[in-house]
Amino acid sequence: MNWVMQVWEISLGNLRSIPQRLGTSLVIVIGIAGVVAVLVALLAMGEGFRHTLASTGSDDRALVLRSGANEELASGFAREQADAIAQAPGVARDPDGRALVSPERYILTNLVNRANQEPSNIPVRGVDPVAFTLRPEVRIVEGRMLVPGAREVIVGRKLAGEFLGTGVGDSVPVRDGDWRVVGVFESGGDVHESELWVDRATLDGVLRSSAVGSVMVQLEDAAAFDRFEQAVADDPRVNVDVKRQSAYYAAQSEATGTFIRVLGTVVASIMALGAIFAALNTMYSAVSTRTREIATLRAIGFGGGPVVTSVLVESLALALLGGLLGGLLAWVLFNGFTVSTLNFQTFSQVAFSFRVTPELLVRGLVWALAIGLVGGLLPALRAARLPVTTALREG
Amino acid sequence: MKYLHLVWASLFRRKTRTVLTVLSIVVAFILFGLLNALIVAFNRGVELAGVDRLVVQGKYSLTEVLPVSYADQIRGLPGVAAVTHAQWFGGVYQERRNFFPQFAVDPASYMEMYPEFEIAPAQLQQFLATRTGAIAGASLARRFGWKIGDRIPIQATIWTRADGATSWEFDLVGIFEGRDKTARSQEGMLLFQWDYLDEARQFARGTTGIYIVRAQDPEQAVAVAGAIDARFANSQNETRTGSEKAFNQNFIKQIGDIGFIVQVVLAAVFFTILLVTGNTMAQSVRERIPEIAVLKTLGFTDSRALALVLAEAMLLCLIGAALGLGLVSVLVPRVAAAMESFLPGLGLDARTWLLGGGLAVALGLATGLLPALKARRLRIVDALGGHA
Repeated sequence: MNWVMQVWEISLGNLRSIPQRLGTSLVIVIGIAGVVAVLVALLAMGEGFRHTLASTGSDDRALVLRSGANEELASGFAREQADAIAQAPGVARDPDGRALVSPERYILTNLVNRANQEPSNIPVRGVDPVAFTLRPEVRIVEGRMLVPGAREVIVGRKLAGEFLGTGVGDSVPVRDGDWRVVGVFESGGDVHESELWVDRATLDGVLRSSAVGSVMVQLEDAAAFDRFEQAVADDPRVNVDVKRQSAYYAAQSEATGTFIRVLGTVVASIMALGAIFAALNTMYSAVSTRTREIATLRAIGFGGGPVVTSVLVESLALALLGGLLGGLLAWVLFNGFTVSTLNFQTFSQVAFSFRVTPELLVRGLVWALAIGLVGGLLPALRAARLPVTTALREG
Repeated sequence: MKYLHLVWASLFRRKTRTVLTVLSIVVAFILFGLLNALIVAFNRGVELAGVDRLVVQGKYSLTEVLPVSYADQIRGLPGVAAVTHAQWFGGVYQERRNFFPQFAVDPASYMEMYPEFEIAPAQLQQFLATRTGAIAGASLARRFGWKIGDRIPIQATIWTRADGATSWEFDLVGIFEGRDKTARSQEGMLLFQWDYLDEARQFARGTTGIYIVRAQDPEQAVAVAGAIDARFANSQNETRTGSEKAFNQNFIKQIGDIGFIVQVVLAAVFFTILLVTGNTMAQSVRERIPEIAVLKTLGFTDSRALALVLAEAMLLCLIGAALGLGLVSVLVPRVAAAMESFLPGLGLDARTWLLGGGLAVALGLATGLLPALKARRLRIVDALGGHA
């Protein structure tokens, strides 16, 4: 019988006899399922956070901040500079020839987190009507749009679930008292859905300042960025930094995203170590209970190689089952689950959903198989090196 | 105790199996220890908070600025023993990765408010006298190899200078140390003169970030907080005052319910370990049915058989737990030193050890119970006859 056939025959026999060793076999399956579930869940959290930020902004839009400021919160410059920026080359214009630039203001306020009743930093973005022209992805899903000049707020969709007082008709603190929530907006699942938007002129009035926090610019196309950036850098009237909007937001997920990813990997690695010991335990006992069978097979001519491989096949099969179970568990329990956390870099809350992606599930399976491999290897080698005659005699 | 030898021998009948099971338990307790160290680190800031200290911030957000003139007004309120203030600077030293907190403070009143930060009197005098002077915590100075007399350049991301530049320079005139473990976890910051910030910055002159207030009587702290907020209600800059403890806790809580996530992960881990260990115990007892029967023939009572098996399970779990937590207690100081800049205060406390011990005992009971009951119920005749 050739090598492949031998492996096939022995493996089939092994797998068919698993019900006799159900308890120990289940230990591998459930142990590995646990590791994979935790790994996928924690990485899905990191992926959800990263995705929310990365999907914000696009390549053909630029964000202008005060020179040296890393985040919108720290940035502020005079109104005149915003006007100068609008005249730079590369800026798209609407059919009436007006520059498509949106001066915006970014401050923080506090809303109470529904989960732990804690006041949390929530961004408030002061916008002009042009901001909506620049952001076609923003749509009102409940209530109505802001009316300029009124102390009104539209709430990002993700805030509605997580923080108190964010329903249409409720009032939220912004500055100088509470402002009325008149609508809820969605924005393609990006970070703006964790913000409160208000009319910029009204906010300026309350803050008694017309300083601009940032300017969002719609470029003629993605390639116009360099032209625009150069012109703005050369302009002596302005002292600003220009970034591609997509790059700005992607960079914001770095610190927190990395933290979650590292935490998840460390925890899962330690669990995997435990699972390896469990797998070793199970496979050693699997081999030892079938000492006579293995010796018999060897005696009648099955090679050592196929025996080793068949033990590995058994271990990998159980590991695969565990990996699938763990991935399924993570997907069922966590996919789409929304949480909110503090983005270290911007010091404001970001609400996001866990994302169990196919890529993560595959990674979970790879870990499962790796654990199965390591857990099965040594026992497999022991099975192959059993001295046939003494093993046959063993009761 | 006299049966320890018997229990020990039973345990190591199948060396490989026992060693692997113990290793699984060790791993579970390493994870338990590390995650608990994380929780301890997060709660450190809370412990630092003096019971009698309050924090006054802008009503709508911590990031609002408050007039520095509020200091005298707060000082004049009944029940207030001392007032100081601090403004977050938020600059970058060399590169963003080197992050550490920087605060512009009023040196005299700030160091008085925080007696747990100890500094040589001469250095404090120097700090008070030097406009561009700054003091750093001992661990921060160690981290960058700073010596007194060094010039420390920091790039501002928020506070542009009046001339439009963003680079600020400070002269390191002192190094302070925390007087206990909790205070030492706060050593990662740089303090400099608020006067210097205010005279050289481009905007927000005459303002500060937060006020820290000491109440004369801790019991009256709540009332004092209320009085402060009432004083500034309906003004251009309304305030929100709360305990320093709540203030520190708020950051951690905003990150999320870390405790909950940790518990979920640990539950998953221990459930798995339960299976592994339970399986080992069940197998072990099944194999030794004839032996247990012989013991009973010799005169061991049913209850004693139960006790032996249970003791075996407990010993297994306690050894694993002790090894695991022991390893963590050796590892953690090293990890803590490496992480001092982002996460100070990593460590194991008494609560972790107690909880760990309790978990080990519970694990032992849970995994040993069923096999132990089986051993108790064993009938000698059936067992020796091979069909138990």
